[in-house]
Amino acid sequence: MTTVAPVALRRQVEVMIDGQAVTTWQGATILEACRDVGIEVPTLCYLETLAPVNVCRVCVVELEGSRALVPACSRPVAAGMVVHTGSERVRTSRRMVLELLASSVDLSTAGGDVHRWIDEYGARPDRHGEAAPPSARDRAHAGHHEPLEGGLVATVAQPVKRDNDQYVRDYAKCILCYKCVEACGEEAQHTFAIAVAGRGFDARISTEMDVALPESACVYCGNCIGVCPTGALMFVSEHELRARGEWDESRQEVTSTICPYCGVGCTLELHVQDNRIVKVTSPLDHDVTSGNLCVKGRFGFEFAQGDR
Amino acid sequence: MFGAGGGTSSYKEIEETDLIILWGSNAREAHPIFFHHLLKGLRRGAKMVVVDPRRTSSARWADVWLGIEVGSDIALAHAVGREIIRAGLVDTEFVGRATTGFDDYAASVEPFTLAEGERLTGVPAWAIADLAHSYARAGRAQLCWTLGITEHHTATDNVLALCNLALLTGHVGRYGSGLVPLRGQNNVQGGGDMGALPNKFPGFQDVEDDAIRARFDARWGATVPPQRGWHLAQMFDAMTRGDLRALYVLGENPAQSEADNHRAVRLLEGLDHLVVQDLFLTKTAQLADVVLPAAVTAFESEGTVTSSERRVQRLRPALRPPDGVRSDIEILCDLAGRLGHDWGHPSAEEVWDECRSLSPMHAGMRYDRLEALGGIQWPCPDEEHPGTQFLHGRLWEEDPEKRGPPAPFSLVHFEPPLDELSEEFPMRLTTGRRLDSFNTGVQSGGYASPLRRPETLDLSPEDMASLGVAEGDAVRVTSRRGSITAPVHLDRSLRPGLAFMTLHFPDQADTNALTLDTWDPQSGTAEFKATAVRVERLPETVGAHLVTEPAKVG
Repeated sequence: MTTVAPVALRRQVEVMIDGQAVTTWQGATILEACRDVGIEVPTLCYLETLAPVNVCRVCVVELEGSRALVPACSRPVAAGMVVHTGSERVRTSRRMVLELLASSVDLSTAGGDVHRWIDEYGARPDRHGEAAPPSARDRAHAGHHEPLEGGLVATVAQPVKRDNDQYVRDYAKCILCYKCVEACGEEAQHTFAIAVAGRGFDARISTEMDVALPESACVYCGNCIGVCPTGALMFVSEHELRARGEWDESRQEVTSTICPYCGVGCTLELHVQDNRIVKVTSPLDHDVTSGNLCVKGRFGFEFAQGDR
Repeated sequence: MFGAGGGTSSYKEIEETDLIILWGSNAREAHPIFFHHLLKGLRRGAKMVVVDPRRTSSARWADVWLGIEVGSDIALAHAVGREIIRAGLVDTEFVGRATTGFDDYAASVEPFTLAEGERLTGVPAWAIADLAHSYARAGRAQLCWTLGITEHHTATDNVLALCNLALLTGHVGRYGSGLVPLRGQNNVQGGGDMGALPNKFPGFQDVEDDAIRARFDARWGATVPPQRGWHLAQMFDAMTRGDLRALYVLGENPAQSEADNHRAVRLLEGLDHLVVQDLFLTKTAQLADVVLPAAVTAFESEGTVTSSERRVQRLRPALRPPDGVRSDIEILCDLAGRLGHDWGHPSAEEVWDECRSLSPMHAGMRYDRLEALGGIQWPCPDEEHPGTQFLHGRLWEEDPEKRGPPAPFSLVHFEPPLDELSEEFPMRLTTGRRLDSFNTGVQSGGYASPLRRPETLDLSPEDMASLGVAEGDAVRVTSRRGSITAPVHLDRSLRPGLAFMTLHFPDQADTNALTLDTWDPQSGTAEFKATAVRVERLPETVGAHLVTEPAKVG
């Protein structure tokens, strides 16, 4: 009878990446092999705690013997693979992905890496023309697209959705990476309040029948906010501070502590600005939470604010 | 259990087990992130059985839901145990080698045939047999419970009855097989670990053991009283007798959280002196002679808490407390000074290091190790030790010396809830939590939860129909102790005869005016889960403004 935790045995394999011999574990992805040796591969839809969904295509690399570029985030290594991460074909493909995304999506709160990549790959989102005004995307008729007049560029812009006290959903900032859908669904929360509706350029994240969040299955765990890479999903507190021009990460301190509610012991990272909690996250790499919290851990801190 | 006051397993193990039993636990709402681990187990192919009077949101994920009569847990456990024995499914090698008392146990459960089990618990005989066979045959099995097991007058016996099943089948001391009590508050486990029990020092060391007491006396330079103290329920009894005249309450709101709280308030009011140390001027603090404003432990002070998997983790201050508010350590040390004992002004780490020097199971948990390892699970006897993923592996050792003392079967007697149903009080009221709220709402009342709805008396569709009430209509709920009014809410998870309320909104609906404060003699836990009530429609519909949305449960 075994009384110890089982240890998975994995074989080692050797691959060539950018002319460098890299030894890694069988079952690892090309992305993991690259990260092991410090080669940066940009990613948008990839997250360590979620199964890869292969939608953003910004992580593509050239694999010798493969007709098409392959997504590094999901393609497992195989012995003898020869991979190029910086070839002209790869760079062109990544440039186009970034250019098309940045021309149609508001990336203003998307974090530093995306903007650095846009520069590094020479993406010029503005060369496609001026952005068109927001449209009623939730009522878009599938498959009906007329070219915009006046050389305007179609965007995913739509009005900000604010229908409850804790979340703001600004889908003008959504790159459709699916992370929120996965976190709400079978990768973590299993609530299935949101999914991708529509097809092609009309595709957008939606509750069932586009109802407001309070009428949906949402339980306000905020795990979608926790994984959103662009700020399309945001705490009300952050949204309001940004609207007033007072959000200032340089004045914020992040402190790890343990949630004051039930006995599971979830690690909370409290983002504090001017002695007020403005956001709560949990570390992706902590094996209790894997970055996930419940509504109490995520939002239940108000009792400690102010002078009581 | 089996000498250690904590769950045997780690959350990771429920992801890799074959059978999950949730017994008196609605983890989907009360322990949501534990439920994430559980869901990984289900996706990997584990089967789940949920034992609960209500068909909870957890039960909706189960392969089988056993809708047990409130408070008949021991009868069900005994019937399961008897069926395992009858079917020849006992792990005889484990039982023979690592346990004692099997024959007496077998004799004690003999009357609990499947038919008798069905009669006492309301669970069909075939379903009891199915649970017995599934549990005994599972390669690995995790048996988890929460307050549905412990908020009864037979709390400790309920737990022991479940432990017996694990011994019978060898589902303890192995990776993926264990007993998992899910703790209701973030440091319930740590409170026990630290000796906040009437009979224990830190590390579950017995205060009535002379050799252990001598170590603490020497370290503390004081003489610790040689006999155990009172637990909470005994304290209230001592107040009734007039033996307890002064009380110091830290971070608890007994004026609202105690069962039969009208009695609790009377007793608190009758004290000579009441000190309350809390974040807020709670209902209890309003009764106090002295209120000591305290910092929020999790957000404003340094320290540690221990989770349901015995993991000690660090708390760090993120906020400056308001002026005049200090941490618990500062207040306690200052108080000691005023009482003539100079404890100095130790940091939380210094207090912890003293604890490590006295509690062998915490000895290796240096602050920097807690930081580097993301918490450590006790026991951690030295500074090289990685912590302990699961307990009682020793029971599987071949070598009798390494195996140590055997684990005893416990003889426990089935007693139904004390607050009996009658013609006058024909309905069973049980209590529990909602996803977005917590206890009496002192903390969770502070944030704007989009899920929050007013307190209601939740009823089955059948009972709503027979009472002739509709959603939001006000009713009077009366028990042998008190009477309150509340709007009704239709809840399809309830069966006829079973009603549900929370304790979250005592200012809206004072549920604990109804509950019975009879407590378990061993743990001091009151029977919050089983109250006999009568529900009457009020002549005028006073609750129309409280019409509610259906609750969402994820």
